Amino acid sequence: MAKEKANSGPLARRPDNSAFKQQRLPAWSPMLTANTVLPFFYCMAVLCMLLGVWLLVTVQNTQELKLDYTEAGTCNACFAKRENASNALQPCNCTVVFPIEKAFKGNVFFYYGLRNFHQNLRRYMDSRDDAQMVGRKKNLKSPSTYCEPFEKDENGLPIAPCGAVANSIFNDSFTLVYHGSKGSTIHVPLYRSGLTWYTDKNIKYRNPKFVVGALQEYPNAFAGTAKPLYWHKPVYELDPHNPDNNGFINEDLIVWMREAAFPNFKKLYGILNRVSEPFTEGLPVGNYSIEISYNFPVQYFRGRKEVVLTTVTWFGGQNHFLPIAYLVTGGLILLLAVILTVIWWKFGKDGKNMKE
Amino acid sequence: GVGEKDTETLGKFEAENGLWREENPNRHYANNKIKTTKYTLLSFLPKNLFEQFHRFANVYFVFIALLNFVPVVNAFQPELALAPVVFILSVTAIKDLWEDYRRHRSDKEINHMDCLVYSRLERRYVERYWKEVRVGDFIRLRCNEILPADVLLLSSSDPDRLCHIETATLDGETNLKQRQVVRSFFDLVRPLLFYNSIIECEKPNNDLNRFRGYIIHRNGRRDGLYKENLLLRGCTIRNTEEAVGIVIYAGHETKAMLNNNGPRYKRSKLERQMNVDVFWCVIILLVMCLFAAVGHGLWMFQYGDKRPVFDVLSPEGTDLSPILSAIYLFLTMIIVFQVLIPISLFVSIEIVKICQVYFIHQDMDLYDEETDSHLQCRALNITEDLGQMQYIFSDKTGTLTENKMVFRRCTVAGVEYSHDANARRLAMYQEMDSEEEECMSHGGTLTRRDSVTSHQSARVVLRSQSTKSHRRTGSRAEAKRASILSKHTAFSSPMEKDITPDPQLLDKVNECSSQLDFMRFHSQPMSQLPSDLSDIIDFFIALTICNTVVVSSPNQPRQKVRMRFELKSPVKTIEDFIKRFTPSRLTSGSNSSSSSSLITNRSSNRGCSSVLSSPSAESTLTKLDEERPARGLEHAFSPVPPNYEGKTWAAEEGELRYEAESPDEAALVYAARAYKCSLVGRLPDQVTVELPHLGKLSFELLHTLGFDSTRKRMSVVVRHPLTDQITVYTKGADSVIMDLIKPPSTDNSKGKRQRKIVYRTQNYLNLYAADGLRTLCIAKKILTKEEYACWLQRHLEAETAIQGREELLFESALRLETNLQLLGATGIEDRLQDGVPETIASLRKAGLQIWVLTGDKQETAINIAYACKLLEPEEEILTLNADSQEACALLLEESLHYIQAKFLCTSTDQAAKTFHSEFAAFDIYPSSPPSSSSHTSPFTVHRLGLVIDGRTLAYALDKNLEDKFLAVARSCRSVLCCRSTPLQKSMVVKLVRNKLKVMTLAIGDGANDVSMIQVADVGVGISGQEGMQAVMASDFALPRFQYLQKLLLVHGHWCYSRLANMILYFFYKNAMFVALIFWYQFYCGFSGSAMIDQWYLIFFNLMFSAFPQLITGTLDKDVSAETLQQLPQLYMNGQNSEEYKPYMFWMNMIDAFYQSLVCFFLPYFAYADSDVDLFTWGTPITTLALFTILLHLGIETKTWTWMNWASITFSIALFFTVALCYNASCPTCYSPSNPYWTMQRLLQDPLFYMLCVITPLAALLPRYFYRACQGTLFPSPVQVGRQLDKLPSETRRNILSLSRVKVGAQLGPKPPFLSLLKPFPKDYNHKDQKSFSNSKTAQGCQGPVLQMDNVGKSHQKGQSSPLGVTHSKKGLSDPYTFVSTEIDTLPYTKEAPGHTGESQPPSTKDSDCLDKTLDPSDLSLSSWITSTPLLTQGDSVQVTLPPAGGSQCVTYKRNSEETPGLDHTVRPTRRTEEQLANCSKDHSLQTTL
Repeated sequence: MAKEKANSGPLARRPDNSAFKQQRLPAWSPMLTANTVLPFFYCMAVLCMLLGVWLLVTVQNTQELKLDYTEAGTCNACFAKRENASNALQPCNCTVVFPIEKAFKGNVFFYYGLRNFHQNLRRYMDSRDDAQMVGRKKNLKSPSTYCEPFEKDENGLPIAPCGAVANSIFNDSFTLVYHGSKGSTIHVPLYRSGLTWYTDKNIKYRNPKFVVGALQEYPNAFAGTAKPLYWHKPVYELDPHNPDNNGFINEDLIVWMREAAFPNFKKLYGILNRVSEPFTEGLPVGNYSIEISYNFPVQYFRGRKEVVLTTVTWFGGQNHFLPIAYLVTGGLILLLAVILTVIWWKFGKDGKNMKE
Repeated sequence: GVGEKDTETLGKFEAENGLWREENPNRHYANNKIKTTKYTLLSFLPKNLFEQFHRFANVYFVFIALLNFVPVVNAFQPELALAPVVFILSVTAIKDLWEDYRRHRSDKEINHMDCLVYSRLERRYVERYWKEVRVGDFIRLRCNEILPADVLLLSSSDPDRLCHIETATLDGETNLKQRQVVRSFFDLVRPLLFYNSIIECEKPNNDLNRFRGYIIHRNGRRDGLYKENLLLRGCTIRNTEEAVGIVIYAGHETKAMLNNNGPRYKRSKLERQMNVDVFWCVIILLVMCLFAAVGHGLWMFQYGDKRPVFDVLSPEGTDLSPILSAIYLFLTMIIVFQVLIPISLFVSIEIVKICQVYFIHQDMDLYDEETDSHLQCRALNITEDLGQMQYIFSDKTGTLTENKMVFRRCTVAGVEYSHDANARRLAMYQEMDSEEEECMSHGGTLTRRDSVTSHQSARVVLRSQSTKSHRRTGSRAEAKRASILSKHTAFSSPMEKDITPDPQLLDKVNECSSQLDFMRFHSQPMSQLPSDLSDIIDFFIALTICNTVVVSSPNQPRQKVRMRFELKSPVKTIEDFIKRFTPSRLTSGSNSSSSSSLITNRSSNRGCSSVLSSPSAESTLTKLDEERPARGLEHAFSPVPPNYEGKTWAAEEGELRYEAESPDEAALVYAARAYKCSLVGRLPDQVTVELPHLGKLSFELLHTLGFDSTRKRMSVVVRHPLTDQITVYTKGADSVIMDLIKPPSTDNSKGKRQRKIVYRTQNYLNLYAADGLRTLCIAKKILTKEEYACWLQRHLEAETAIQGREELLFESALRLETNLQLLGATGIEDRLQDGVPETIASLRKAGLQIWVLTGDKQETAINIAYACKLLEPEEEILTLNADSQEACALLLEESLHYIQAKFLCTSTDQAAKTFHSEFAAFDIYPSSPPSSSSHTSPFTVHRLGLVIDGRTLAYALDKNLEDKFLAVARSCRSVLCCRSTPLQKSMVVKLVRNKLKVMTLAIGDGANDVSMIQVADVGVGISGQEGMQAVMASDFALPRFQYLQKLLLVHGHWCYSRLANMILYFFYKNAMFVALIFWYQFYCGFSGSAMIDQWYLIFFNLMFSAFPQLITGTLDKDVSAETLQQLPQLYMNGQNSEEYKPYMFWMNMIDAFYQSLVCFFLPYFAYADSDVDLFTWGTPITTLALFTILLHLGIETKTWTWMNWASITFSIALFFTVALCYNASCPTCYSPSNPYWTMQRLLQDPLFYMLCVITPLAALLPRYFYRACQGTLFPSPVQVGRQLDKLPSETRRNILSLSRVKVGAQLGPKPPFLSLLKPFPKDYNHKDQKSFSNSKTAQGCQGPVLQMDNVGKSHQKGQSSPLGVTHSKKGLSDPYTFVSTEIDTLPYTKEAPGHTGESQPPSTKDSDCLDKTLDPSDLSLSSWITSTPLLTQGDSVQVTLPPAGGSQCVTYKRNSEETPGLDHTVRPTRRTEEQLANCSKDHSLQTTL
């Protein structure tokens, strides 16, 4: 307005003759017709095919072993035992034996897997207190309402860690044993740390502050809290071997707390420690057994438990889907390209539609 | 009635006790402070929120946000869920706040303007702010001041007690208006201080043209107050040094403020359509939620009593039953899926519309240099409706035409003066124009250049473009200059001003006035003048004085020319009358007049002031002696005020400016001036006219009975200074004046002469009308003193009446205007605006039905319709003129039958014949010549024109008949409603709109179009010369009609296709996004969890994907503006709603469905069986969805400017930036979700990138393929248009000219003239070198109505001219015979309502006389070329040029035969019968041939 007033004159209100205001900005206007899109189609088809083949070759070099131990081997009895909740406190160990026919080269990852366990239920997922997990005293004493009804035990003590996620932690433990050719049994060494994201271990999960050097440092820090309902031991006694892996920064807890996206999921349990023979190259061929401390009941949700041993590629675990997806898409594009070529050949070749 | 509003006491402030000093007695009335703001600081929040919650969507979103606070159903962090709603609400609130602040500032500015208010304390006028002005204050106003309030004018420095105001700010009219001092204060020197009166007036209202009230003086006398006494707020005082008034209405009670209503809100068709789909979205949403709820219930149920560990109990620790949790889940899902009903859709649409409005505003092509105005969008939210119009209802005057009235020709006392030179002059303007145009346009340049070899042929070219010439006013440069020069005076372009007089008439005027002068000198009675001469002089006097034109001189802008010859003011009382008109006085008066006339300088030398005392000077003098001793005798004796020395007078005389209220008046005054009868001064009580030889004559103006649309005439009552008779001059529409003519006595010669004049004038009137000229009749009446006294008595009663004053005055006027004596008639040309025919042609090609609703008479309207190509020559025209309801019903019935017969049966000939023989009341013109009707060209329903007059329309709009009327009207290509009232206009629009369910656009320029404009879906006002009322009521205001083409075809199309595509895209986008979450429900036990983080979910629409679609919605151009204008057929795209059809919504939904499946399952399988956590998996999906959605937009985007690229880049960058920041900011803040460091991890994950490539590719493959196939196999017209865009401009032009028919055929009915193009070259090539464009033009203006005499004519032609014979032969052999008939057109043969062919025995004497008068105009060929009405055919001229003699003789014959036909047009009803008789006769002739 002010500008208009400023330049008074006979043509004061004449609009500016600028490309923008006159909607004449230089523009690229692609026409989607057969002859313009065909090159693109062919290029994409070739690209997808090539990528697909490459990915496929990569995936072929990985190895994976899945072992459902729910009722396998001697775990039958434990499975039956866990059906009844009243036996929850009774320990139960079992062993599953399996062979490895082709050596696992490189880093081998040891996962435990659950089927049909809905960690992604909305109410379940929300049932946690992140502020408690970073060790805030306030939330330690009075957990967030999201944790309800797992925020306090029947005595009114706040639960640490609160919520359904922590409460339902997967509490089987495994020992992998290699039965060598000479009948020797070697415990396969597994790294039980370094399983989590760096940020989880160092930022997202922190223990509450405690006085260094005080008697019973961890219990002290968690004083006045109760263990979750289903737990056998308090959070500060999760790892009896490594005192620094206790409390909220226990790696198994952290791994569990990262809620899986699907009802069938696996979670990292350990990574092969390749410092000693015969595991420097990976897992050698031979017979293996897993000794399982069988605690986690799966009958209630008709679930299965499994152990997964796998090597990985640069784009993740063994998954044939992606290369196939590339190949199929590439094939489809090629098919459409051919159809378009026919169309172009028959109808659109000499710009017939121009004349219409 | 008169409400008791204002009871106030004047002069109380004189009281010494000071009681009134503190307290204004009127303090309880509104003060003058205006406050247009809606809010105060305190009320803003609640009030604004309340207003915003009127929109249902807002309530819905708030409801959802609040739902989040309920723990059992919440899905997101409650505060976060509030964010979008708060964002949307606050954006709107900020916008409102800003607007309100602007209003506040302007209010403040206005409130603090200064004015002079009488201070009761200081007893003088002091400066005050406007806001301190109160009702009852006295205000002193100086020249050029703006009025602060509605003020009753009590005193003026003007000696006539007048005050001039300019009302441009109120109604846009730039001419000055006079306001009078309240009558009882007329003679007061210091009126204010010694009066104690009470004013009573009506309650404040918004009618600018009404004010009633009275003032009660202390002595109990009441004086009426009228709108002439009221000065309105916002007007500017002009030409008056000082005025004093009392404030009547202040502040918000002023009429200007009451008239001030804000912009209008309409809902566009697209939005209505969209709302249906929003509704569908709601249904989809509910279905999805229900599905999820049931699924969840079942999922819960399958676990039975044993609850799995992950099934969390309710907060109270109790089990939730499956049913209860399903119900909770339903609510949760509504929150999660809320994105499906896009909160940002409404905001986005509003933003896009504002941008569209901005661009329309900025369009240079819609800017008019002459008036320095551009298009205004007054309604902000119906831009896309412009692209969907189906019916256009147009006013004629001022809309299609320029409303620049140019005096064209006249007839006086039954003699026609054709004003050839004037016509040539007008042609000059056109020539300049067409030359200018030639330089610019490409088409047809060559041929025209060829023909500019000789002057003669150049002239021919000019004529050959008759349509073009008809529409042009003056060259653009000329007009520009004029508009700059005469910025302040309307209707005064050179073309309107400089009228070339007809030499013959000029001679007569000179002769007449010299005789008069002689007679006056010799004191002979004036009645001795030959009656034809006296008629002439009366005619011009009437032209000069019978108006309300104000004279001003340009040297001192807005300074009124004040030439006061002392006269008595108008008769105001009966005593006054008796005083002045008693015989004794009269004799003395006449004595003095004769003596004073002796004083008059005979030669009227301008050097010495031409003194002319009016006959009543003596009486005035005596009266002055009694009443106004202050004014010295010298005043009375020296009529010319001293400051008007002869010198200045002479210098200025030529440049006097006329400020007229209507352009017709100005045109007539300028015309009279051309004959040296100039209006030199106008005062309320006298008009001064300068006549040749006679010098200045002052007419005592006794009364002015203003123009009104019911009477359709105006009159002035004057005392003629020469004859001293009381004379009434009346000017008005011929239809009314002709009925008021005194029936001439049959016996004496005078009566015969009178009858002849009436009869001839009527003939000429018909001819004028046929030329498309506006006709006005001029009549006079001489009153005897007794008659006058009798009338005056009642008139004064009426004037002083308070109740029903208007009605009484109306009746009084009716009593006066009877038994008139016809003087003559004028033909004023209202020229078509630039580009009107082209605009109409291309709008019609665009599939728009154009109806013209006009108040003009039928013939004028039909001719204009031909000129602007509304009616095409090959069209048949149905004319409906009925006298009664029954007749109308019958007519409609038969029209329907006729149409059915005509277009269903193949044998059209037969149908027409039976039709004609059967129905007598029905007036139909078979327009197609016989050979054409036998010609089997398939007539579409559209090849019909319907003409209906106001009366018939009134019957047709009756409840019982409206359906039939519509049935007839909709099968006609064009409809022309003549003589329709404003109410009828709006009824027609309403009827069509409601019954046919079509989109209507009404365009008009005047107050009479307001109702129509308001009723239509889109109202367009022409911001022309007729004020602002239409503009105020309109949604869009255009400077010119031709801009409608670009507005509709380009901007309408763009706005529609942009918005339609954007809305569809919006639905797609949201559905696609929401479906992702829906698929996930199958994997999470239908528990309502979402893998997409709540932030992304909430801000996806609002931020991440918002900008590209806004840019595309604002800037995308599917076809370039040039192509859109060259191929108007593309407009049908919008009419048929092809961009947004119901199925498209569902197609988009299916596509969204598919794409979401791809976007969901590719990542799903890629991550299946892995240790991925929810958000590490969900974030890639969000990213992929964003990419897919943006690429989808890319496929749908037709033009890529840098802004598109920038916006897409920005969107992606914004998403990643927000994601990275969000994921890095706080590990605990966003519970329940916690996506800490997710994005950062993802960016290191090669799988993420691999997915980013494959997923959008797979998702968009079908759409991309479909688009490519569509573009190749079955391109839509719009796509063809786009392909044309890409070609180089020359190739494009070639293709366009070739492909037009094909594209047209593809889209709808063939463009009418294209099919005719081909036969022309072969028919014409041998005899003229014109390209088609000329023949086309010629054809375009050919009138089929008038063609019934084709056969006969070509027959005669064959006898008279050998060339004609060959033509008619050729014509008969050729299927396109009408070509040959056109050739024969001659002036006035075709244009006359043509029942020429087989004539009745004429009254030979009359027709001979007429021929004689017509003779001169036919003498030379070149003269009739220029003097012919503008509608004649160019081709006709070319062909008949060589055998000039022969054609002339034919012309003669034509004319003589034509007269009897014209004879019958005097009485319309009789006429139709006669015409029908003619018709059927013609028809039988045709069939026999």
